[in-house]
Amino acid sequence: MSLTRREFMRLLAAASAAGMAVNGRSASAQATDYDVPTFGNLSLLHFTDCHAQLMPVHFREPNFNIGIGKAFGQPPHVVGERFLEYFSIPAGSANAYAYTCLDFEVAAQKYGKVGGFAHLATLVKRLRASRPNSLLLDGGDTWQGSATSLWTKGQDMVDACKLLGVDIMTGHWEFTYGMDRVREIIERELPPIEFLAQNIMLTEDASFDGKPAFDEDSGRVFKPYSMREMNGIPVAIIGQAFPYTTLANPRYMIEDWSFGIRDEQCQAMVDEVRAKGAQVVVVLSHNGMDVDLKMATRVTGIDVILGGHTHDGIPKPSVISNAGGRTLVVNSGSNSKFLSVMDLDVRDGRVADYRFRLLPIFANLLPADPEMAMLIEGAREPFKQQLDTVLATTETTLYRRGNFSGTFDQVIVDALIEVRGADIAFSPGFRWGTSVLPGDPITVERLMDQTGITYAKSTLVEMSGETIKLVLEDIADNLFNADPYYQMGGDMVRVGGLRYAIDPTAPIGERLSALELNGKPLDPSHIYKVAGWASVNPQPDELPDIWDVVGEYLRDRKVIRDVVANVPRVKGISNNPGYLAL
Amino acid sequence: MKRRIFLKGSMAAGAIAVAAGAGLLAPARVLAATWPKAAFTAKSEADALNAFFGSADAQDSGDVTLKAPLQAENGAVVPIKVSTSLADVEAIAVVVAKNPSPFVTSLQMAAGSAGGMFSARIKMGQTSPVNCYVKAGGKVYKTSQEIKVTVGGCGG
Repeated sequence: MSLTRREFMRLLAAASAAGMAVNGRSASAQATDYDVPTFGNLSLLHFTDCHAQLMPVHFREPNFNIGIGKAFGQPPHVVGERFLEYFSIPAGSANAYAYTCLDFEVAAQKYGKVGGFAHLATLVKRLRASRPNSLLLDGGDTWQGSATSLWTKGQDMVDACKLLGVDIMTGHWEFTYGMDRVREIIERELPPIEFLAQNIMLTEDASFDGKPAFDEDSGRVFKPYSMREMNGIPVAIIGQAFPYTTLANPRYMIEDWSFGIRDEQCQAMVDEVRAKGAQVVVVLSHNGMDVDLKMATRVTGIDVILGGHTHDGIPKPSVISNAGGRTLVVNSGSNSKFLSVMDLDVRDGRVADYRFRLLPIFANLLPADPEMAMLIEGAREPFKQQLDTVLATTETTLYRRGNFSGTFDQVIVDALIEVRGADIAFSPGFRWGTSVLPGDPITVERLMDQTGITYAKSTLVEMSGETIKLVLEDIADNLFNADPYYQMGGDMVRVGGLRYAIDPTAPIGERLSALELNGKPLDPSHIYKVAGWASVNPQPDELPDIWDVVGEYLRDRKVIRDVVANVPRVKGISNNPGYLAL
Repeated sequence: MKRRIFLKGSMAAGAIAVAAGAGLLAPARVLAATWPKAAFTAKSEADALNAFFGSADAQDSGDVTLKAPLQAENGAVVPIKVSTSLADVEAIAVVVAKNPSPFVTSLQMAAGSAGGMFSARIKMGQTSPVNCYVKAGGKVYKTSQEIKVTVGGCGG
């Protein structure tokens, strides 16, 4: 969808009269909704994948979130109207705006920005006031995703999370600051917040070399679980970091550490904490929702999995039956756009009942917490001028999230091709990155929301057509493998120049077809110049950073208009509830 | 004992880069055994099995277990552990079906070994089934797991 500013204003005007009235009603209804009735005797509050977004943002949910095999049509693989139907959410409502991309531009004007730590803090304080026995759990991807987090090496987020009152966290992108910084934060700066991960072990070589670990006997790098007494009830929280960090991100930055799902080890941890008397067992997970759902069928004795990584905001828990009973799987979205509230009633040594709410954070409906607002202002102050520098203006909504390319990705690959002089460009299928509305400026801050990583060098390499296809097949399998344990949780790499068709249901090696460059078939033996960024291998310092490449392009263009995302022809999905035609 | 110290010790003592537990290793026999050259140089799994076991027939068995990552962190050194509870174990062999030379490692056991455990690091050129064979009581048993070797990147 592409709108000029004039068309956009016209649309808004058309919606405005009713909009005012609806706005007033929905505002009061929402305010009431934040007063969640208390239930049971202890509560878990959970957010995840905030990607260092301290300020309220716009974040467009996907129109592609395709489920394959058993995941077909099951949460999280429902989008648009199918999402609303599945969860009985009224069309046009504030919740429809929070959970789907439907009428994104109009709804964004009507309901405003989402998230923001000052607004989240207000909600956390309110909920904790009525829930004295609660834990605030952070699923990770907290220290990365914004300009200020990158420039302070995560410090702004550590400070904000401590003020927010986070009790326990696990991680993924945290590890891209490298082993030394991660250890420095966890050991010195993070306490009293605990960092947990049962599934990160020293490599054998690191063990030989006597590298530090939480537990030398097991080789476990971090504390695996924490026992807390809440309202007199022993509760265990087990940490599960992103299992494929060494594959999805640079291994050389964390070379002493070995990751994996390690669900047998997770079972051993569950058994251990149960033996110690835990009446409630929670896994704080960065697995990704499909992996959480599979893990819940294999590991028994978990009451609740609070999950993240795949950025799925799911309003109801998935209830998974297994040999040990049932496990509730919760995934709480991204960008500090949502807060999960899980109230548990623990009786006779077990979870007897629960109530769950996933609360969208509408910045217009929750006043900013003054203390948090002041901390954020202080963190941003030294960078204010850089953050607010305008690179261009957009007439099109710019977004990333979705299985295939978004419009902001398109700007990035167009910039790579033009500035680096490439035939083809690749940009990673990250799921973070905020959205920019038509008429809004593209500031340095918005550009860094899309590109702010510690391995941002822009590369230019020669690849044969055959290699290009192999790479695309490999990445497609990380997304569409029918077995979630072989998935990695990112989206498909964004491609500039090259067009292709894809059948997500086919096996690896057979998904892609009709690869074309400038109307001609991709020649397997021809050598093409391919630009990219975020290589997982070390790159020379002299290469330009991606934000400089895209920044140059944006300054040159001044106005971004008529961006059409290069989405492949996707086969066999016309009836897939994870696909919404635009 | 601290794990680190144990590992250091086992490394120092490890003339062979595998750890064999539970089953009885017979050093004299291992050293005396002829190097199964035909198996290691075979270009197909069937040829390798014929060369090593005298037959390519194997029966899937729940008594042979393979512990290995689903996705290799580094294809050059993929840690695997094969174990079995079968009686009269004679030999264990590991085959990476899609490697150019699929037969990657093997172990001969002393006669009468009950059960066996064998860990190693194997090299994998690409995503492939990793097949583990155990010869016990004159028959060959098998278990298999696909280990994915990916170019990586793009997650998250």
